[in-house]
Amino acid sequence: MILWMRYRLLYLAISLIVIGSGIFGYFSWGFEKGIDFTGGVVAEYKLPDGSVKVVKSEEERDILKNQGAVELKFEKVGPAIGPELIKKTLYALALSAGLILLWIAIQFKSFKFGISATLATLHDSLVLLGSFTILGHFFGAEIDFLFVTAMLTTLSFSVHDTIVVFDRIRENQKKNKEGIYILANKAISETMVRSINNSLTIIFMLVALILLGGETIKWFAVALLIGTISGTYSSPFVAVPILVTWDELEKKLKK
Amino acid sequence: MRKIWSVSFIFLLTLVAAYIALKFDLKLGLDLAGGSHLVFEADTSKIPAERRITAIQGVRDVIERRVNFFGIAEPSVVTSEFERKDRIIVELPGVSDTKQAVYLIGKTAQLSFAEVKESSPSAVLMPANLTGADLSSAEVVFDRNTGKPSISIQFTKEGGEKFAAITKRNVGKQLPIILDNEIIQQPVVQEEILGGAAQITGNYTLEEAKQVAVQLNAGALPVPVSLVEERTVGATLGESSVKQSILAGLVGIVMVSLFMIASYRTLGLIAVVGLAIFATITLALYKIIPVTLTLPGIAGFMLSIGMAVDSNILIFERFKEEKLKRLIPDALEVSFGRAWDSIRDANVATLVTAFILANPLDWKFLNISGPVRGFAITLALGIIISLFTGIFVSRNLLRMFVKQK
Repeated sequence: MILWMRYRLLYLAISLIVIGSGIFGYFSWGFEKGIDFTGGVVAEYKLPDGSVKVVKSEEERDILKNQGAVELKFEKVGPAIGPELIKKTLYALALSAGLILLWIAIQFKSFKFGISATLATLHDSLVLLGSFTILGHFFGAEIDFLFVTAMLTTLSFSVHDTIVVFDRIRENQKKNKEGIYILANKAISETMVRSINNSLTIIFMLVALILLGGETIKWFAVALLIGTISGTYSSPFVAVPILVTWDELEKKLKK
Repeated sequence: MRKIWSVSFIFLLTLVAAYIALKFDLKLGLDLAGGSHLVFEADTSKIPAERRITAIQGVRDVIERRVNFFGIAEPSVVTSEFERKDRIIVELPGVSDTKQAVYLIGKTAQLSFAEVKESSPSAVLMPANLTGADLSSAEVVFDRNTGKPSISIQFTKEGGEKFAAITKRNVGKQLPIILDNEIIQQPVVQEEILGGAAQITGNYTLEEAKQVAVQLNAGALPVPVSLVEERTVGATLGESSVKQSILAGLVGIVMVSLFMIASYRTLGLIAVVGLAIFATITLALYKIIPVTLTLPGIAGFMLSIGMAVDSNILIFERFKEEKLKRLIPDALEVSFGRAWDSIRDANVATLVTAFILANPLDWKFLNISGPVRGFAITLALGIIISLFTGIFVSRNLLRMFVKQK
């Protein structure tokens, strides 16, 4: 049996490096904010010669239309929308995280499980946020309404995988009274193939969407992809280590 | 015997779903069909707090009537509120020239009264010196004698004096009330009305009376609105989005299918059949409900396909383990039983998030956004259907297959 839990420090290092790069990206470049956050105008026109022109002001709208350009997209967002979007997102995140924590705590009859899973989702949210500071700087990926949606979806994906592993630990706990350290290693080994295979199917769908789905949802699909990968990683390598470490600390303190 | 019934049931269900999926049209959202999404903010700063809701209702009603005037199919006008800011969200499918629409919708409602001057050969309407500004409120009341609903209107002090003069001149005549150049009521003046309060009686149903009160209030409480958000998608972009996402979807499904067959052989093939049934039922439900399909909605559908095979993978992996411990038919049943706990717990968590994203109860502290809602609804539907196909359909197909083996 592979003793996955032996390499906890390595997992911690990996997560710290990934999240650290994100934090570095945030302080160096920040986010590339779309008009959902900043307000303003973005419009796309197909000119008579077939080329596509992106315009960031409303004045050119009539001029271009009169020249025979076809309006593909016109978006205008007032300055008040951005701050509201951030607030509403925070409410939504807090509400989902809270409800999921509660659900796991009830299902597994322990807040330890619930909080470990929630911390893993926090990890994934940070990974996603951080990677978009980097993608934004180098590839112009903007954060917008859809990014926010991707973040909430990541939350549920991450928990999805974590629950499968936790469920194995719970099931094995009933059968034998080995310590959580051994149980966790077993559970990870037993669910590893399933986790990878399942993520692969989701990754297939998302890669198809990124490559063929068109500009509008490309970055949305990228965000979901990062969320899926991070969510798959964080279940055995963030949520379970937190659970095991917590359990060990608790036992030490009781002694 | 039960197996045969279950399998026939699945077969029949798939046939019905396939029929529906082919027969009906999908409802496409603005980003796919083309159209305009406009958000107006209402300035209610000059409206007394207790009359705010009435005022917003009036604005919504006025905008809805103007929008209906455009004669487009299925426009939608809804209100939303966040931290005391009132918004009116207008969706106009198929409209891409928004300049005029914005102008027409954004005008403040104009209420006025008119006198009918008899002159040959026909009657002429003369604007009376009385407008919405002179009206302070309108509400539905029930007539004390008949119990029928009628509309009680209250004028301002100055308005009351003007009204008295007008009614004195027009006893026995009609006094049309005009909102946005359209006559909404033509009550007949019974007598000179002093004191600035009047009642419009007639054979109204409660709904009609409410409607009139809302319209009068819209004129009495003029609320300026301004455009704060516009998202217009041209039909060309929508069309190419549809094509691109169909292609992406097909490629994705083929890749997932190949992967499942490569990893699980015959079991995988059954999962692919299950997946095809899943896709058919999902499509049929989109059309029956109907779900307005948006671009993020398609992404939600594709994600749910990825998740639909997950329950199969969970069960198959379990089956591989259990097969070593017991007879194959037993191993199958045990795998289904054991995998169910994690499938249920994991999917409930996703449903919770989908619920918050879709915000079906229109909670004000959360977003109400068409595209995001589209994503959440397709994701949630996908999960629910995948629970059915992943468990019931796959299980019965597998049972049949295992028995033959």
